Amino acid sequence: MSVIVKIPTQLRAAAGGEAEAQVEGATVREVLDGLFSLHEELRGRIADEDGSLRRFVNVYVAGEDIRFLDGLATPVADGAELTILPAVAGG
Amino acid sequence: MAVSHLQCKECKAEYPLEALYVCERCFGPLEVAYDHSRTSRDVGEWRRRIQGGPQNIWRYADFLPLAGGPPGPSGRLASRVGLPAGCTPLIRADRLAAHLGLREVWVKNDAANPTHSFKDRVVSVAVTRARELGFQTIACASTGNLANSVAAHGAALGIDSYVFIPADLEEQKVLATGVYGTRLVGVRGSYDDVNRLCTELCAERDWAFVNINLRPYYAEGSKTLAFEIAEQLGWELPDRCVVPVASGSLFTKIAAGFAEWTELGLIENPARPQPRMNGAQAEGCAPVAKAFADGHEVCRPVKPDTIAKSLAIGNPADGPYALELARRSGGSVDAVSDEEIREGIKLLAQTTGIFTETAGGVTTAVLAKLAARGDIDPDERVVLVITGEGLKTLDAVRGTFEVATIEPTLEAFEAGVAQTVAV
Repeated sequence: MSVIVKIPTQLRAAAGGEAEAQVEGATVREVLDGLFSLHEELRGRIADEDGSLRRFVNVYVAGEDIRFLDGLATPVADGAELTILPAVAGG
Repeated sequence: MAVSHLQCKECKAEYPLEALYVCERCFGPLEVAYDHSRTSRDVGEWRRRIQGGPQNIWRYADFLPLAGGPPGPSGRLASRVGLPAGCTPLIRADRLAAHLGLREVWVKNDAANPTHSFKDRVVSVAVTRARELGFQTIACASTGNLANSVAAHGAALGIDSYVFIPADLEEQKVLATGVYGTRLVGVRGSYDDVNRLCTELCAERDWAFVNINLRPYYAEGSKTLAFEIAEQLGWELPDRCVVPVASGSLFTKIAAGFAEWTELGLIENPARPQPRMNGAQAEGCAPVAKAFADGHEVCRPVKPDTIAKSLAIGNPADGPYALELARRSGGSVDAVSDEEIREGIKLLAQTTGIFTETAGGVTTAVLAKLAARGDIDPDERVVLVITGEGLKTLDAVRGTFEVATIEPTLEAFEAGVAQTVAV
């Protein structure tokens, strides 16, 4: 199960300058773990010590906010796109 | 100028005064920090500087995040002033107060801005800062009022603008944006979809998205509402403010403005408590009100379904801060139904002569709810913040009254109107 993770500009310095990463995983949690194993520095930026996402992080699977789906347990289809974005925009 | 740097609201990391809005360390929001200690102004001098300023928000330039001072003929960077926002009326609403069993209610009518909403305040600041930073194009994700303001500011300053809105926005707001000659993009989806798209686009284009990469500066514009209220009340604060909540930015920045002036000594009786802050949402989009009622510290996003489209943000960026403020100040965040919103529009119109859009209906209805619930001491001085104009959401009042249509004769008037209406 290969998934494309889109990395926001604010995190690219912690991801070797990459804008995207190709990661294996069947759920959002697995995909993020895969991403963190590629770029360990990202973990502390967007996740709390208990593994949950920080409150100003939005994660989308195929354009839908995972909080409308199944959170970190949301299944991710092969070839899907997972987008990480700051939650501090708009209004 | 006293503006100093950008600072993360969460981890306090510091950043330069550039087009940045997210902390790279913890992903928290950045806000503008000031250092007023470098000036030795006393209260009298602060007040004279304000009162000697123009009749718009630039009278508060000492407290705004501009490096070059206020724009205008004497400004260093900008040769054109743009649209003058602010200095809107604060009206004592005795008939509204009497109707609600209260003693002192004031209406801050921000529909009296150039594009008829409070958004002109935040856009003025963001666009002026964008020009200081050298941007050639401004843009926004909008629920409507911001669209009007960004398009108009682009036209006034002669700079390109891109405006992104949900495709199903009220016709009045679409028309009042397109007329300025902006590049208007209707996105099939909710405001939150528009916002996500624009957040992605922001990384791809060298544009100043006023409410994304310029958001720290933009948000500061809302403080001018607090400054004006305090100045118009004779350098005093109200006991309570009722304010609509969409992203939560306006709500939190009004309180920040009051706190900043109190700290600097501009407010009389500084020992009095800061105003209680009551947030107002529509039941069809009430993530902050729900989290408040449930005792949560974060908001669970919702899919909006309300006639108050200007407040239809299901994923509010400043939700956690709005919750914290409502609790800390002894206020609340309440929600009202679409029917109560229509009643709120009517109540404000028929007791004050002010016709507000659906967001103002939300705010007025929440004030009525707080009064009915006994939350407000009758001796309190309450300010109701009306953020937008009724002509932009005409559908909300369509069909709520009848027009008597008659032939142009006295007989027809006597027969058709005088008998049914007390003249």
